[in-house]
Amino acid sequence: MLRFVVRRLALLVPILVGLSILLFLWVRALPGGPAEALLGERATPEAVARVKRLYGLDRPWYEQYLTWVGNVFRGDLGVSSRTQHPVLEELLRTFPATVELALTAMIFAVGVGVPLGYFAARRHGTWLDHLSVAGSLFGITIPVFFLGYMLKFVFAEKLGILPTDGRQDPLMDAEHPTGFYVLDGLVTGNPEAAWDALTHLVLPGVALGTIPLAIVVRITRASVLDVLHEDYVRTAEAKGLRPATIRGRHVLRNALLPVVTIIGLQVGLLLGGAVLTETVFAFPGFGKFMADSIMARDYAVLQGFILFTAVIFVLVNLLVDIAYGLIDPRVRTA
Amino acid sequence: MTRESLLDVEDLSVVFRQRGRADVRAVDGVSFSVSPGETIGLVGESGCGKSVTSLAIMGLLPKRGVRVEGRITFDGTELPALPADKLRLLRGRDLAIVFQDPMTSLNPVVPIGTQVTEVLTRHRGLGNGEAREEAADLLRRVGIPDPSRRLREYPHQLSGGMRQRALIATALACRPRLLIADEPTTALDVTIQAQILELLKTLVAESGTALILITHDLGVVAGMCDTVHVMYAGRIVERAPRHELFADPRHPYTGGLLASVPRLDQPRGARLEPIEGSPRDTIPWTSGCAFAPRCPNRIEECTPVAPDLLGDRHGLRCVNPLRSDRPETKAVPR
Repeated sequence: MLRFVVRRLALLVPILVGLSILLFLWVRALPGGPAEALLGERATPEAVARVKRLYGLDRPWYEQYLTWVGNVFRGDLGVSSRTQHPVLEELLRTFPATVELALTAMIFAVGVGVPLGYFAARRHGTWLDHLSVAGSLFGITIPVFFLGYMLKFVFAEKLGILPTDGRQDPLMDAEHPTGFYVLDGLVTGNPEAAWDALTHLVLPGVALGTIPLAIVVRITRASVLDVLHEDYVRTAEAKGLRPATIRGRHVLRNALLPVVTIIGLQVGLLLGGAVLTETVFAFPGFGKFMADSIMARDYAVLQGFILFTAVIFVLVNLLVDIAYGLIDPRVRTA
Repeated sequence: MTRESLLDVEDLSVVFRQRGRADVRAVDGVSFSVSPGETIGLVGESGCGKSVTSLAIMGLLPKRGVRVEGRITFDGTELPALPADKLRLLRGRDLAIVFQDPMTSLNPVVPIGTQVTEVLTRHRGLGNGEAREEAADLLRRVGIPDPSRRLREYPHQLSGGMRQRALIATALACRPRLLIADEPTTALDVTIQAQILELLKTLVAESGTALILITHDLGVVAGMCDTVHVMYAGRIVERAPRHELFADPRHPYTGGLLASVPRLDQPRGARLEPIEGSPRDTIPWTSGCAFAPRCPNRIEECTPVAPDLLGDRHGLRCVNPLRSDRPETKAVPR
């Protein structure tokens, strides 16, 4: 197992080298550049040239690349041309927000999706099954921003039981040593702040989790249907085991294998940021920040953030593979 | 017979119903009984209803789309009338079954040990430690070497014969009073087949278990069964004590089955005699004898009224049976 993990981590090196070069060329292939974006439409060519020289953008791309790589190794991801803050600082500010949001969305998607998919399969062909299939189709097709606004309208505006936007009540006196607001509330001994941060996560989490939820329901349902027809489930029934044992040990454990893969892929995607959800709920996360950076041609931010996303994606998939090995012994020995 | 019998199946019918299609009567008025320590054989081609009969006894048929009629009485209890949770207590403890395919009948992601011990903890109330010791003992008794290591292993690490032994060990774990073996050796190598049959024979002899052996292989029946029931198209067509059946088969179908068994005392190159046609060439019992289209002894009286099963000791459902002194069937095939 350890060798497997080390090998997978070593694989990160060529991935990152290749990706960073592609990335470097890609951001520079965008029309316009940070200098033009900073100075606006009526900038004189002289002014643009001066800003380019200031950021070193007048040098050939490979020279810029090598300088950047050297800096990255020293932990310096550069400075955002838009906010003038170090990229690393922006990353540490926005990423925890996205992690909180993504986790909420996945807890919602898995917590609701797996039981729903299971019961839909158990009651295959009944109204519950049809409803869950139709509902999950609806969940996949409904636009996230529309759902976001509807949730806000109902639960925040009309019922007033949940906050409309942001990560924390601005009037609340809360400290943020880690950047994970729920965790911050707990470690600073401020349960009120933790609860407040949690309530801020509910609506965006549900909005963001709807598509993964729909996918999890469908995959779980299909997978459970397959497993229910397996001979070993009949064997388990023939042993007269308790329904809970059959469900957990014999059905779900086998049925969850494809679900785990989907969960991994979805977590990877969600950690890349959710531009629409973060915009609708004014949630200061990774995706919104990156979208703004694309508009501003903020090369340093784009390079740093996308590279970071790649690392996260690989790590999440590694975790999925480890989880797979834990569930399925056949993978372990292979 | 009935007074001391453990299981009485009376007039059992199983009908599969599918929307838009005619009902399929897979088992049609089958009756038989088994006493403690007795071994009976249910013999017939694929699709004759023998496996469905066993699933009906165990209560393992799907609830929807299946209608079970008739009485199944186990030690005075009507099994089909039993509530699901009561039946679960009987299954695995008093009623056990060994299925045909050991490759698919074990859960691939659960260690062998758990799959054996779960019956012990469920039905005999053993603690985990006791159950493991007992499980190791069971594996040793069915002839699995190094049982404590095997308990930790997963199904894919065991050979087919080992797996079938593990399944038999599981079925015997609670010393069931009735064991159904549904083609227990069909998926195995010939050498392993003999071992498994020998094993079943000893275990039944030791514990006084009633055994229903389901097979299409008359060679298996010859070495094992006290009474043999030959099934065709969902009905019993001939029923007799083993020696009588082999020495004096009366139904043309039984005769055909016997003639199609390869034998060592025939000259090399002698042709096997197949039964003409396939089980698909049947007519419904409502319009005559279902075997009539394939029957060499067919006469006009075979249709349109199906014959009844007549005779007490040697039951026969045929209007034009084979003559009762065929010298070539005296040798019992093995």
